[in-house]
This record gives sequence, C-alpha cells and structure tokens, in this order.
Amino acid sequence: MIIDLQRFVSAERPCWTELEQTLTKLEADPNHRMPLDQVRHFHLLYERAAADLAKITTFSAEPETRRYLENLVSRAYGEIHETRDRRRRFFPLVWFFQTLPQTFRRHARAFGLSVAITLAGCAFGSLALALDPESKPVLMPFSHLLGDPAKRVAEEEKVTTDQLAGRKSSFSAYLMTHNTQVSVLTLALGMTWGVGTILMLFSNGLMLGAVAMDYVRAGQTRFLLGWLLPHGVIEIPAILIAGQAGLMLAFALIGWAKPIPLRTRLRQIAPDVVTLIFGVGLLLVWAGFIEAFLSQYHEPIIPYEVKIAFGLVELLLLILYLAKSGSARLK
Amino acid sequence: MKTSTLQVRTPEGIVFSQLLAGPVPRFLAWFIDTMFISVLTSTLGAFLAMLMAFGGGLAGALYVLGYFIISIGYGIACEWVWRGQTVGKKLFRLRVVDADGLRLQFNQVVTRNLLRFVDSLPLFYFVGGIVCALSPRCQRLGDIAANTVVVRYPRIAEPDLDQLLSGKFNSLRQFPHLAARLRQHVSPMEASIPLRALLRRDEFEPVARVELFAELAAHFQSKVEFPPEATDGIADEQYLRNVVDVIYRGQNG
Repeated sequence: MIIDLQRFVSAERPCWTELEQTLTKLEADPNHRMPLDQVRHFHLLYERAAADLAKITTFSAEPETRRYLENLVSRAYGEIHETRDRRRRFFPLVWFFQTLPQTFRRHARAFGLSVAITLAGCAFGSLALALDPESKPVLMPFSHLLGDPAKRVAEEEKVTTDQLAGRKSSFSAYLMTHNTQVSVLTLALGMTWGVGTILMLFSNGLMLGAVAMDYVRAGQTRFLLGWLLPHGVIEIPAILIAGQAGLMLAFALIGWAKPIPLRTRLRQIAPDVVTLIFGVGLLLVWAGFIEAFLSQYHEPIIPYEVKIAFGLVELLLLILYLAKSGSARLK
Repeated sequence: MKTSTLQVRTPEGIVFSQLLAGPVPRFLAWFIDTMFISVLTSTLGAFLAMLMAFGGGLAGALYVLGYFIISIGYGIACEWVWRGQTVGKKLFRLRVVDADGLRLQFNQVVTRNLLRFVDSLPLFYFVGGIVCALSPRCQRLGDIAANTVVVRYPRIAEPDLDQLLSGKFNSLRQFPHLAARLRQHVSPMEASIPLRALLRRDEFEPVARVELFAELAAHFQSKVEFPPEATDGIADEQYLRNVVDVIYRGQNG
C-alpha cells in the first residue's frame, strides 16, 4: 500500500506546523517553562508526528517529507526525553563555594594519582640532577635557568628598580594564557587512555624537581621558596587538578570493572571534568597575576619572609577551600 | 562498522536518522571558522593599537587575553548559543548534536571544544581527522569524549506535489483495474524514483533527462501493461507523471 501523499500531507500539516512553532519557541528560550496542559499538548503533537513518520517510512519512500518529519521528530525527541539536569541559572558564588570543591573531593582518587605522578617526576628530576649535574640542559630546557643559581640570585638582589615596569600586565596575561593552554592540553591528553596526561604531569614534576635541587644545592633555598611559593602554591595545584580531570577521562575510557557502556561512563564524568577545568582556569588567572606582580620581585624590594609567608597563607587557604568548602551543604 | 547516518530509536519504537558529516565538510567548516577568528582577532588588534597611546602594557595584556578568549571561546559560545553551530557549520549546513538524539548540554559543548587541543595535533587536525575517518560515526576525540556527533542537515522543504500533479487528464485512470494493479505491484522505494526524477527534472541535462525518463517509463510499462489507447501519443515524461499520479493520489485523484 502507498499512502495518498498529498491528502496525508494536507491533513497532517497543521499539527507539524504547530509542533515546529513550539520547538522554535523552546529552542530560542531554554528557560521557557510550559504549563502542564501545554506540555501534554506538546507531547501529543510529538507522538502524532512520530506516528506520521512511522507511516510515511512504511507506506511511502518519498524522501523530502520523511526527512522533514525526521528533523521534526528528532528535535522534539531531544526536548521530551532529555532527563539530565538542566540548570536554568548559573550562580557564580554557589558554583565557586560548593560545586567546584565538591567536584574536586568526589574525584580525590584521581587527584591523588596526579600528585603521585608529579612527585615521582620531582624525585626523578632532583635525583638525576644530584647524580649528574651535566644533565641540567636536558632536565630544564629554559635558558634563564641554565646558569649558576648563586650568580642569578646575586644579580636579582642587585636590582632596586622595577624591571617589569609597563610590562607587568602583558607578562601576567601571557602567563595566564600559557598555563591555561598547558592545563587544557594535560586534560585533553586524558583521551590517550591517560598516557599523555601522565607524561605531562611527570615532565612537569621532573622540571620542578630539577630546578628545586639546583637551587638547594647552590644554597639558595630561601630565594627559591620566596620566588616559587607565592604563585607556585596555586599554579602547581591547578596543573595537578587539570591532571586529575585528564585522569578522570582516562578512567572513564578504560572503565575498570564497570559494567556500563563507554558512552555512559563518559557522559557521567563530563560535567565534573568541565567544572574542574573552569576551576583550573580561575586558579591560573590568580597565579598569573601573582607571578607577574609579586614573585618576580626579590630582596631588597620585598623581603623573602613576606613572600614565603604569603605563599603559605595562600596554600593554607587553598587546602581549606578544597577540603572544606561546601561540605556542610553536601551533608 | 562505518555508517553514514545516526539512527535513534525512540521509546515509542520510531526510528529516525540524521546524516553524519564526513571529515571533508567538517574541515572546510573549520577553515571558515579559522578565517572568522582571524578577522575577529585582527579587529581586536586594530582597536587595541589605538589604545596603545594611553597604555601599552594594558593594551598588550588585553590583546593576549582577547586572542586567547576568542580562539577558545568562539567555538563554545557559537555552539551553545546557536545550538551546535558555528559560522562555518552554518555555511556548510552542519550541526553538532548529542549522539543519543538528546538536547546538547553546555558541558558537551565545552568538552568537545577543549579537546581540540589534542585533536589538532600535530598540525591541521591530523589526529582528529584520522580518528574521524576511522570512527564508525565520524567522531573526533572531542566528540567521543563529549558523546556528540556532527550531522548534515540538507535544506528541508515539503515536496510541491501540486506543481507535479497538475490535474491534467490522466489516461491511465481510464483503466481503474490496471491502475489498482500498478499501485499493488510498485514498492514505496520504487515509487519514489519517478517522483524524485520529476521533482528534479530541471537539474538534468536535456539529453540525460530524456534518456532517464525513457528508462523509467520502460520499467513501469513492464510492471503493468496498459492498452495502447492509454499510452499512445504521450511522452515518457508525461507517462511517468501519470504513473506518479496514480500511485500517490490513489483512487481519489
């Protein structure tokens, strides 16, 4: 049997047009909420269009009408069968004080692994430099770090003028964007079953360990702490959290002993990954600002004790924030 | 298994499909988007160059931040506001959709755009292109992580049957028993062929059109043989119009 297409289209067109108009309204304003009777009518229109699609697919192969109906049914299906939480409004303070720290704590295992990999890199880097000082250019390929730390400290401490005058903002912006790119790459490499993320974390740890060992061996621990702590206590945890997000992707890809399909596993963690990476971005904005406006100034301009104390306070606040913020709400 | 359509079965048992976009149109859409991003950042650069007079450091910082935000945020903002489309995707009639046919969520848009960092490695989306070519549903890594696919949506219009079936005298209807037999013997897929050919008649070269209609007419003549008084003196194209009229308008024509 082949249906009388013209009569079919003319009889059903009013319903399709009405469904299309409702969909256009819903798509234009995601916050639009329909009263119950309208929802029922919308569902009725969807079911009718779906039945028409079934009819036209079975009794006529006319492709234009079928495609038109498929498009209509697919749009309505997305609206009706979506059961995931659709947050209608974004509250920045709720997100910052509750969502982000709660998300971080939910995936503490991935963060622990991220820390362990970085510490392994640190240990390897510091040990390698201690055993073979000639390997410095390989372990930390940055020209400004290749010289003698004691000489650098002496030069930095001779400076009494603002060497970054007029350039602090752009330097800060560069640091923010560069570190965010590195973090996003660390996250994205989770899609290599975590291999890329692990390499990024390990290499970061390796460079950090090598730099730390270089300055400690040269007797410049105080300078090192004063230089690194103010921004490092935020920047390094930010990279670790990016690693945490990358490892979450990797866990979802591997799916150890989880009897649920890959798509479901990825769907479950995607909102948390996005929350964490936005948190990382926020931390790196702060770190970039501190690195350009504070970390690059040494004694006698700013005493090291002040910088170290500032870094320690930041670290304490960060730990409190990540460990405690939003926990009352969670209970 | 590689497929060219995304098929979704609803709980009501209805199956609908959407055409999946291959790597080439997606690459072209990305190229357009890259051009668009270049225009935006150049405009920003030109605007900030004027601000340099007031404070070079701040203008430089704004340019660095602006460039970064535009290059990362462009895809996220466009795909969220335009429900899965960017300028390039609009031009090539592509759209990002949820792989299960559901509403596209903000976290899906962000995930697929952030994972461009790995898809674009080492150059020109080489990793993403390879994964897309190998993936059964043409997904790059970002799409796999976000559970999205990119579909093509050709321009959709209801068929203009009025201009096709213009109400002229149909000689085949003089023989209702044969017309009924024709309707019975022709499958929906078979019936759609002359309908499509007639709807697209102006797109064919004249010679090709005559050949195509002759071939189709011969096919339908072999299905049900009408007496000579119903077929003599009418062109193949008119014969096909009559066939389509009989099939799609049934007995009510």
